Amino acid sequence: MNPRIGTLFKLCAGACLVLISFTAYWQIWAASGLAARQDNARLVYRQLQIKRGLILAANGHTVLATNTERTKDGLNVFLRRYPLGPLFGHPIGYNTVGSGRSGLELSQNDYLTASNANLSTILGRIGDKLQGETVTGNNVVTSLSVPAQRAAMQGLQGHSGAVVAIEPSTGRVLAMASTPGYNPNTVARNFAKLNKPSSGAPLLNRGTQGLYAPGSTFKVVTATAALQSGKFTPNTLINGHGTCITVQTVPLCNAGGESAGVVSLSDALTFSYNTVFAQVGQAVGQQRLYATMRDYGFFRDPPLDYPSDEMEPSGLYSHGHLLSQRAPIDVGRVAIGQERLGVTPIQMAEVVATVANHGVRMRPSLVDRVVAPGGGNVYTTHPEQLVRVMSPQTANELTDMMRRVVEEGTGQAANVGNLSVAGKTGTAETGVSGLNTAWFIAFAPADNPKIAIAVTIERTPEFGGTIAAPIAAKVITAYLGSGVAK
Amino acid sequence: MRSARFRELWNLLAVAVLTGVGFLSVYTARQQEITSTSLIYAAFFLALYFVAHLGLRAGLPDADPWLLPLSALLTAMGLTEIYRLNPLLARDQSIWIVVGLGGFLALILLVGDQRKLESYKYTLGVAAVAMLVITMLVGTTINGAKLWLRVGGIQVQPGEFAKLLLVIFLAGYLREKRELLTMAHRRILGVGLPAARHLGPLLAMTGVALGVVAVMNDMGTALLLYGIFLAMVYVATGRQLYTVAGLALFIGGSFLVYRLTPHVQERFQVWLDPWKTPHTNGYQIIQSIESIADGGIFGSGLGRSFQVFSNGSSVIPAAQTDGIYAVWANETGLAGAAGMLLIYLLFAYRGFKIASVADDSFSKLLAAGLTFTVVLQAFLIVGGITRLIPLTGITLPFVSYGGSSVVSNFMLLALLLMVSSRTARVRR
Repeated sequence: MNPRIGTLFKLCAGACLVLISFTAYWQIWAASGLAARQDNARLVYRQLQIKRGLILAANGHTVLATNTERTKDGLNVFLRRYPLGPLFGHPIGYNTVGSGRSGLELSQNDYLTASNANLSTILGRIGDKLQGETVTGNNVVTSLSVPAQRAAMQGLQGHSGAVVAIEPSTGRVLAMASTPGYNPNTVARNFAKLNKPSSGAPLLNRGTQGLYAPGSTFKVVTATAALQSGKFTPNTLINGHGTCITVQTVPLCNAGGESAGVVSLSDALTFSYNTVFAQVGQAVGQQRLYATMRDYGFFRDPPLDYPSDEMEPSGLYSHGHLLSQRAPIDVGRVAIGQERLGVTPIQMAEVVATVANHGVRMRPSLVDRVVAPGGGNVYTTHPEQLVRVMSPQTANELTDMMRRVVEEGTGQAANVGNLSVAGKTGTAETGVSGLNTAWFIAFAPADNPKIAIAVTIERTPEFGGTIAAPIAAKVITAYLGSGVAK
Repeated sequence: MRSARFRELWNLLAVAVLTGVGFLSVYTARQQEITSTSLIYAAFFLALYFVAHLGLRAGLPDADPWLLPLSALLTAMGLTEIYRLNPLLARDQSIWIVVGLGGFLALILLVGDQRKLESYKYTLGVAAVAMLVITMLVGTTINGAKLWLRVGGIQVQPGEFAKLLLVIFLAGYLREKRELLTMAHRRILGVGLPAARHLGPLLAMTGVALGVVAVMNDMGTALLLYGIFLAMVYVATGRQLYTVAGLALFIGGSFLVYRLTPHVQERFQVWLDPWKTPHTNGYQIIQSIESIADGGIFGSGLGRSFQVFSNGSSVIPAAQTDGIYAVWANETGLAGAAGMLLIYLLFAYRGFKIASVADDSFSKLLAAGLTFTVVLQAFLIVGGITRLIPLTGITLPFVSYGGSSVVSNFMLLALLLMVSSRTARVRR
């Protein structure tokens, strides 16, 4: 029997080896994947023990996200609190135990939890751990302006829509508002309710994810391509006789049944003549128009320090997917911002900010700097030029044209006292009669731009010039009046 | 041989040091939740093993000096984690160890020689089957498995004792019949088969094991009993026919049971993809492997991982029994987990060594069967909790919390020590 006992022992030894290997598999190979799973209780437990860094407004002292400390079973637990509630709901996002996180809370999570690979942070964290002290995250100072954000949220009240404001010379995002909003303090408790289709998608950041037909605001893009092509100047005359023209066998008309007559490109923008801009678009052609759109940042997620899951690229959409840039399009209708265009408010804000910045597109950013709990600087965002979209001369010409829009054209509601505002209205059809997407994009002061803004209101019977432009005016005055503009 | 007992004492002292370190690290990590008086559980536990040592000096002075310390080390690992999960459970476990020690001493001092048991083999065999049948009929169902018997206010798990009785029965039965089983009574298709009446008990065994699965919803015990049976028949007869036929019967039977019983299907589904039902059926295994994974190579340190929610319930359901390996692997990492498995391997080495040097077939079969029982049981639960095989609710010998488990394993240890002692005595 002894040889068989020996065989049995070998079997046991083999089984032992298999079990050790399997344990090692989980502990070495599969560990990182399992650790990141939301169903992992250990993850939640560790997160609760970290004192996340503060999130601050651009002024460096208004606290947008902080913690409340509780003691549970002798353990210090930190729960996230947002002192200003729904005001900064979308840009800051939320950090919850069971429902994940979003916004800057997600994109800046490494800084906020001191998991970033910065030597002083690592040393501080190891020190904290060795002394059994709470790990304290780094503070994130954003570029968000409290007056601008407040004006934006107030302006949007009662509507579904979004406001995005950018500082043209740096790309800093000054305001990012989206309605309906939500209260990040109660998001975990109300998560199911907030995700119900009937709730109007309050968790959706319409500023970065809302895809809307840009309507006539897109004429700024078309005009850029036209002026850059060399075929047009602001004074080039175009025949706009008749209220409608036929573009690709389908008639295309001016709003209000007007006839433009023979007008200059500048006039056509001021009074937003569709029939004229459709011809301009056809003359420019798909290739040039697309090249300009690419320079402006279309077809890609905005290069913003924000979670990519919460941003959408702008462009032409077919069945929920971005259309290939080689696919045939109706250039005439794209030129006036219809066709299958789906554009986010932040994309249009980037467009006007680029015009305002003399043709150079800046990398947009939400974070100004990251500061260690002790006060040392961990990271600073430096303004970054991405691409020159147009010559300074084209930018000046566009600025003049857009000033006329506000002074004598469709955007007069954005006239702000003695301030010169350059802007463009837009009213896109939604396919449902009587309901439009209303747009206004602008920057001010026109001769020394401090703020560029895009305002979108969804499903409204009103027009860009009547509903969106006044909101833009309020945000601009609030921001410039607050004295923070440098 | 006095030196064997001295060696044992030194080994036990080493275990005592490790246990002390273990308890102190749990205590320092969890001072806020546990009181220092609970540290006496460790001292109490060590005192009990010292009593076991004295019992061996009195009853079996020549017994193997390694088995008691190895089992003490495994028990200490378990007790440390049980203490870490809930100090009150550690107190209960210590009380169970007292009962187990009673059984251990009773076997050593009253029986003393395993061969006395051989003549009771049929009685014991019938007792094993009776225990299982009674449980099937009037057992209590806990967590969906009907494997408990309520005796005077205490829950007893008859499966834990049935395994011991089965090993004794099989050792006796196979010693008697092994020649007959090896001989061909007649040949069918060139394969020699023994007389049907000798095969009867073996077939009955298969039926009992499958019945255990179907009626008691206890795959773990069924696999254990059947595995012991196959291994012992193999050691006794050396005929591959039995092993092959046994495995074929098992696979066929399992398939049948799988088709007929929904809970077995469910277990299989959970094993294949626990993340399909992460909050219900898959919860236990998901929490277990996430716990193991969290340990990494060196672990979080005793008492320093996340195992207990603030309401006192453990993160892994049944952490002190099914999940104890996952908790240990979390806190001591791959190093500690592999260490624990290697201690089982050392235990197996000593056990099989005792079997191979024993001078009669009954003792050999008994020792081999008992040793294999420990290893197979450990394999079933560790394999289950690491998702190597479907998870079955069975205890990790010596380590898991549980009265029946502690008592039966103490008795198993006593029997193994008896075999070793007798061999040494006869040799001298």
